[in-house]
Amino acid sequence: MTIEREEIKKLATLSRLAIDEKTIADVTGRLSSVLALVDQLQNADTESLQEISRPFHTSQRLRNDEVKETDQRDAFQAIAPQTHNGLFSVPKMIE
Amino acid sequence: MHNYTIAELIKGLQNKEFSSVELTQHFLDRISQLNDNYNAVITITGEQALTAAALADKRLASGDAPAMCGVPILHKDIFCTDGVRTSCGSKMLDNFVPPYNATVVENFARDGAVMLGKTNMDEFAMGSSNETSFYGPVKNPWATDSVPGGSSGGSAAAIAARLAPGATATDTGGSIRQPAALCGISGLKPTYGRVSRWGMIAFASSLDQAGPMARTAEDCAIMLNCMASFDEKDSTSVEQSVPDYTASLGNSVKGLKIGIPKEYFSEGLHPGTELAVREALAELEAQGAELVDISLPSSDLSVPAYYVIAPAEASANLSRFDGVKYGYRCENPKDLQDMYCRSRSEGFGEEVQRRILIGTYCLSAGYYDAYYGKAQQVRQLIQQDFSEAFKSVDLIMGPTCPSPAFKFGAKGDDPVAMYLEDIYTIATNLAGLPGMSVPCGMVEEKPVGLQIIGNYFDEARMLNVAHQFQQITDWHHQAPEAV
Amino acid sequence: MNWETVIGLEVHVQLATKTKIFSAASTTFGATPNTQACAIDLAMPGTLPVLNKQAVNYAIMFGLAIDAEICQESVFERKNYFYPDLPKGYQTTQLEKPIVGRGSVTIQLADGTEKAIRIHHAHLEEDAGKSTHEGDLPYGMSGVDLNRAGTPLIEIVSEPDMRSAEEAIAFAKKLHSIVTSIKICDGEMSQGSMRFDVNVSVRPAGSSTLGIRTETKNLNSYKFMEEAIEREVERQIDLIEDGGTVAQETRLYNGDTKVAKSMRSKEEANDYRYFPCPDLLPVLVSDETIEELRQALPELPDARQNRFVSQYALSDYDSAIIASDSNMSAFFETVAKDSNNPKLAANWVMGELSGSLNNAGLGFTESPVSAKQLAGMVVRIADNSISGKMAKQVFEAMWQGEGTADEIIESKGLKQVSDSGALEKIVVDVLAANAVMVEDFINSDESKRKKKLGGFMGQIMKASKGQANPQQVNQILLQKLNELL
Repeated sequence: MTIEREEIKKLATLSRLAIDEKTIADVTGRLSSVLALVDQLQNADTESLQEISRPFHTSQRLRNDEVKETDQRDAFQAIAPQTHNGLFSVPKMIE
Repeated sequence: MHNYTIAELIKGLQNKEFSSVELTQHFLDRISQLNDNYNAVITITGEQALTAAALADKRLASGDAPAMCGVPILHKDIFCTDGVRTSCGSKMLDNFVPPYNATVVENFARDGAVMLGKTNMDEFAMGSSNETSFYGPVKNPWATDSVPGGSSGGSAAAIAARLAPGATATDTGGSIRQPAALCGISGLKPTYGRVSRWGMIAFASSLDQAGPMARTAEDCAIMLNCMASFDEKDSTSVEQSVPDYTASLGNSVKGLKIGIPKEYFSEGLHPGTELAVREALAELEAQGAELVDISLPSSDLSVPAYYVIAPAEASANLSRFDGVKYGYRCENPKDLQDMYCRSRSEGFGEEVQRRILIGTYCLSAGYYDAYYGKAQQVRQLIQQDFSEAFKSVDLIMGPTCPSPAFKFGAKGDDPVAMYLEDIYTIATNLAGLPGMSVPCGMVEEKPVGLQIIGNYFDEARMLNVAHQFQQITDWHHQAPEAV
Repeated sequence: MNWETVIGLEVHVQLATKTKIFSAASTTFGATPNTQACAIDLAMPGTLPVLNKQAVNYAIMFGLAIDAEICQESVFERKNYFYPDLPKGYQTTQLEKPIVGRGSVTIQLADGTEKAIRIHHAHLEEDAGKSTHEGDLPYGMSGVDLNRAGTPLIEIVSEPDMRSAEEAIAFAKKLHSIVTSIKICDGEMSQGSMRFDVNVSVRPAGSSTLGIRTETKNLNSYKFMEEAIEREVERQIDLIEDGGTVAQETRLYNGDTKVAKSMRSKEEANDYRYFPCPDLLPVLVSDETIEELRQALPELPDARQNRFVSQYALSDYDSAIIASDSNMSAFFETVAKDSNNPKLAANWVMGELSGSLNNAGLGFTESPVSAKQLAGMVVRIADNSISGKMAKQVFEAMWQGEGTADEIIESKGLKQVSDSGALEKIVVDVLAANAVMVEDFINSDESKRKKKLGGFMGQIMKASKGQANPQQVNQILLQKLNELL
């Protein structure tokens, strides 16, 4: 399966990656070769098989509803790119 | 002292032949003298290490210290370390100093092990050659023009160069076993869920598993005793007691049934590697083990399945790196989308971006069933192959990787060639099985690894057999000439 | 042409757990920004989710309350999109295997009819944080508060079974009544505890195919919901009648400015790439757990309504209103039992008390007049110590915190005069003093006399300083006037 330029652009938008025009061709070629590898999957006979997304079929453990976390805002915000009055600052969101 | 194994260091510390402070200073000195040759260590925590060593000496003096107490180790830079930069080999996290520890780091600290620093790695553990690190490639101590393997190449090279007796590592598709093989050391990827993933930066959550790297199987057993734990902070951590992995090291291999999958000796395997592995198997046979030819018919599907599942999970796992809460943010973003796109494209390297794009593609509307759905079904096929095999054999063995360490740039242009490096290791991650690599020979003056695959939670038996193999061979004691 | 409106609702209900769905951080509303956002909520690298048992139990309780199938194995998935209030870059939610399957909710309409609204499913998910664009922020910047991030939600998805704004509101109110009655949600709409997404389409009356729908998101009051639906229906009909077609899109309705707008620009590139979350395992629910929760399930509004009719002989209408609100129900039952007069209790709880609470923006649990106090007053009305009019004064005084009904009656001298001798004297005096009115009464037609009684009553009540028992006065007055005829 080959992948088209336009598709790469769409994927880049979904992934929030800025890929400039120059590298698109390169990326397109490399992705196509990976997808050719991945396409070998289509040969597999998986008719009666379930999809398994985890190695074991065990069940989720449940946690009791008790507050255990304390306020660590200062520690977390000390490593944030930009904060203002306790809020994380980001360029304005347009609704 | 740097030629001692962890087991020997523990004896020396307990017999007061040397103190932890002396030992720690010795390894810190070696790192400062030699690390430039290999670029294996990217953060050195000298001061903290000496403080921890002094504390360990006190515990040792009291006579009731855990095994790892006072032993210096390195942590792969994928594990969060409180107050110490945790970069994951990425520019994205070059400035990231977490205010918390990974459970693995906690476990070693609890037992008094001394952290010397953090090791280099492929960016976000995506790579098989350590060439994708933001901090530059790690050089293989056996041949500095060659790769150490990846993604735990820094940990493997550091041990091979005797910069530390042991190090933590992680394995998503072979990232412990392949660099262990290429650097001539021992490394174990435990059963999925055996070691907590809390605080370990996620690459592919359903495949990632942390494990030990050291020179010997015995050292791996000692480290795994400390690393493995049930952790309620990790929902995928398995609630099962941790055995003493050193207790059964002395068991005989007589009567042990070893499965040899024909698919692991196919086209593409370096003849020298094949010879070394076959000789190793013959040694075990001579000790009374029985070699059984088996087949893992879906093996050829493991690489394609992996290159759907791992990028798919990674594409979501890496979305949190968005320049909002921590990590890299681009300069002067013109709006929100610009901040996202430039922060991520400037912060992530090429291979990481490629995998995000592949993962996004495989999950996107119209492709999910053909790729992700299909890959998850194949995952079951692969699991069935193994469970069928383990009905008749105790362990499975074969080469860890198809050939010895390749030269830098040798596979640079073709991602698929690089991906095939993990052709023998990936299946165990997909199945969640434990896998191990121990040195078993040399080809072109570079080490070869023997892979040992066990059934779920059968790490003790794998370590036992590896240890027995190391009792009759000395590949694990060989050191690169420069060291 | 006649058009039929088709409405489906997606309702987000914040669960009343102490902690987040995947972390042990507090969910208390109104905390200082980001002080309740722990490492997990901030999606710090290497952190992992562990599921809150109470959130699962609450979701199951909701399923039981609407008689839905509880899925014994439900699965969390990741819904991928970038937004600053979504720290992981994906929302952990359920898609293919939600915890609550098909169910049904019965609504009562104003004309007394009932209608069943089918529930497609309800699933567990995490809430996002909040963004602020106003206030003291640097130029061109928005602020993000992640306290709300990770608050447990159930999203309830209805079938498109509603045919009018009235039905949609009735459905929304019924859900509110259910989730507050079983105490899985505090029901505080103003704090965003319940938010509604409304799917609206129109089709020619009699048609069985659905029209193209729009989704108006994030409505948090019944009033806004009603306005948004009515405007959207009108917009769609106008559009189609003018030869246009409705675009499938997400819309926003601003209740303050009454302006609705399309969010199409934001939708364009969306592809959520759902896949099972590998950090969480399937949630298994045992029959025992379901049975335990079923046994412990608080009384549901419908059952309560039926009980009020049979136990307290309330009208269907009164019992429906009271039963729909669990706090009001509890208040009413205390007043009814303490006063032993359910009918009067219901009148006062639904009337004066509800009105006063509503005006003050208070809930029944915050009422300045306690249920015991109100019962004390009801007793005094019932035993004729005070008239209904006096009771209003007493209630007012109790509201102001001036004491119990008896204390207020005493201190204000509000005791009703029920002594027939004393009352007779007042009536006779008033009639004597108003000879003209009496003459007029006698000369009037039979049919008009009844109206004229009011004038005498007014005079008599005035003469008794409002303390005369009106029923008794009425009786005596009629008797005295009849004697004159």
